Amino acid sequence: MNAAQPNLVMLKKLLIVAMVMFAFGYAMIPFYKKICEVAGLNNLLQPDTLVEETQQVDTSRLLTVELDANTRGLPWQFKSLQSSVRMHPGELVEVMYEIKNNSNREITGQAIPSYAPQLVSQYLKKLECFCFSKQVLKPYEVRQMPVQFLIESGFPADIKTVTISYTFFELSSDFASTDVSGETGEI
Amino acid sequence: MAAIHHPGHEHEHHGPPSGIMRWLTTTNHKDIGTLYLWFSFIMFLTGGVMALTIRSELFQPGLQIVEPEFFNQLTTLHGLIMVFGGIMPAFVGFANWQIPMMIGAPDMAFARMNNWSFWLLPPAALLLITSFLVPGGAAAAGWTLYPPLSTQMGMGMDMTIFAVHILGASSIMGSINIVTTILNMRAPGMTMMKMPLFVWTWLITAYLLLAVMPVLAGAVTMLLTDRQFGTNFFNAAGGGDPVMFQHIFWFFGHPEVYIMILPAFGIVSQVIPTFARKPLFGYSSMVYATASIAILSFIVWAHHMFTVGMPVTAQLFFMYATMLIAVPTAVKVFNWTATMWRGSMTFEAPMLFAIGFIFLFTIGGFSGIVLAVVPVDIVLQDTYYVVAHFHYVLVSGSLFAIFAGTYYWLPKWTGNMYDETLAKTHFWLSMIFFNVTFFVQHFLGLAGMPRRVPDYALQFADFNMISSIGAFGFGFSQLLFLYVILKCIRGGAKATDQVWDSADTLEWTLPSPPPYHSFETPPQVSFDEYHVKNVQNVHSK
Ligand code: HEM
Ligand SMILES: [Cu+2]
Repeated sequence: MNAAQPNLVMLKKLLIVAMVMFAFGYAMIPFYKKICEVAGLNNLLQPDTLVEETQQVDTSRLLTVELDANTRGLPWQFKSLQSSVRMHPGELVEVMYEIKNNSNREITGQAIPSYAPQLVSQYLKKLECFCFSKQVLKPYEVRQMPVQFLIESGFPADIKTVTISYTFFELSSDFASTDVSGETGEI
Repeated sequence: MAAIHHPGHEHEHHGPPSGIMRWLTTTNHKDIGTLYLWFSFIMFLTGGVMALTIRSELFQPGLQIVEPEFFNQLTTLHGLIMVFGGIMPAFVGFANWQIPMMIGAPDMAFARMNNWSFWLLPPAALLLITSFLVPGGAAAAGWTLYPPLSTQMGMGMDMTIFAVHILGASSIMGSINIVTTILNMRAPGMTMMKMPLFVWTWLITAYLLLAVMPVLAGAVTMLLTDRQFGTNFFNAAGGGDPVMFQHIFWFFGHPEVYIMILPAFGIVSQVIPTFARKPLFGYSSMVYATASIAILSFIVWAHHMFTVGMPVTAQLFFMYATMLIAVPTAVKVFNWTATMWRGSMTFEAPMLFAIGFIFLFTIGGFSGIVLAVVPVDIVLQDTYYVVAHFHYVLVSGSLFAIFAGTYYWLPKWTGNMYDETLAKTHFWLSMIFFNVTFFVQHFLGLAGMPRRVPDYALQFADFNMISSIGAFGFGFSQLLFLYVILKCIRGGAKATDQVWDSADTLEWTLPSPPPYHSFETPPQVSFDEYHVKNVQNVHSK
């Protein structure tokens, strides 16, 4: 069956192609992450920097910012100390949140922000936030944490109320050892 | 791995074994081709029943026939079954029957593996269909399986993921077989640039499959580990990103749509010259156009996700790249038209379907270009306009080409002519009902009706009713197709070897039906332009 020989060589080559492409699918994950990082996309968990000149406070109007706090699957109590704040576009404000660990084990959590309407995310600049790093709470520990942010003055005038919401998720133990804000998702 | 099949050297009678074992154990490319084609037909009927259930629910506004949850399962499984069970296996069936006969090879390169590739399909189909019966029902995240829905659903989703793995393995084995057969087993004299276009398009398709099926397998494996083993690829809660799935999926998904259309281009490129009685216009430009479409198809995936919030530069890049693909596609359409120009055309059923293909596929290409325009797509994304677009390219594109190819080669396969009148009736019924079903969906989309919804606002009622009537007409017309095929298998006017007077590829030099083993000794092929001129046909009896 010498006629089969070149076919078997071809079979091996093509199988390698298929395996390389399988690996390529996985390689896309860090690759996209890098692109987002370089392009500054999807930057939920990193502090913003302000370009000073563009931030004039627009005192002619007021925005209501509702502050929402949730936990998902971890025995923590999480709330904001004010339920909402009134602010001018361009004005830097600070609000406080509080978390409490209601269990007797040490738990690592990570907060993920989400905004409504979605448009806010383009105008929202956060200088300080507990979501920039993971939070480790000892049994029954209570912690208060500030968020410092502004909504740029170019924000459309027809929107009067916006919601900033945070949800705390538990990080599984193998995850807790990595820094979520930088290298997310790769295991 | 089984190598080239050499029966007939050891024993005299080399017909197939009889009964069910013939089909279970067969390594014969013709048998396997038949299995693929029948499997795909059954899947078309299964997916079709789901489509008709969907259209019944959408006949009127309001919820009347199915629960919304079940409706979502139906749209998901309809898509998966038509794509992976209907269109793709049908083309692999054509590849199995035709490629060895068209290049003068005795069989596929890996005959045993060929048998495995086919027999993986029925278990995968069973997994998909039985997933309706498990708690929580079948997958309901859409055929695109986007998380977070797909990371949350019940075990129906796990079954779907497993089915996709199996289907992927089958496709990869099938493509390895096809590439090896085409590259290594052509008859002497059949150089690459003399290969029939159907063979060329399948070669390129097989490479596309090899490149992207593993990526899909990777994507669904990530879904599976996110669901069952605590990874967080797409799980925002663990720092993953659901949009990442869309990038990986569409890196597979866009080449996949070309996997479903390139073999159709190949079939049409065989049919048109035969019935126009002229050689294909611009053969080499056809080859290059197919290759450019395949290469470009890797850099346009994000046109499916213009609304995920990507930067404008990325949107512009993907928009222009997408529009660029229309150029080689148009080259093909112009070449087919030029082939017909001043030809002595006759309009038998294969030709009717091929012309219907050119006409309607081009409409689908145009709506694709409309969708490629970012500001337009932001409005039309996830509306019925997209549904209309992809049914024009997939039903009146891929499926019509499958019909054309079936009628074209059926006399060769069975030895009998099919009933021309009934076949033409099948064409006209399909043509009319297809347009009744899908043309109005453009209007629904433009008016803002979202896709994948079981209920809709009152202003969409009339067009939906028209569309549903068309769908039933189209569905029942396909029973006529089944009848014509069965009638042709059972008898009819005897077909000549040549069948069509200007058909000039190698398979037409074999008897109709061709012997169980053909071209055991490679034929000597010589060419005058693109015609096979002189064939010393040394096939066995
Ligand atoms: C000129 C060629 C084409 C162009 C410019 C084009 C463009 C597009 C665009 C921009 C979309 C995304 C629409 C949206 O979701 O908002 C789309 C969707 C789609 N296209 Fe095409 N397309 C072309 C040809 C094809 C062909 C040949 C096929 C298949 C045979 C195809 C199958 C599909 C499918 C299945 C979808 C919908 C996927 C889904 O969301 O479920 N297209 N096309
Ligand atoms: Cu696409």
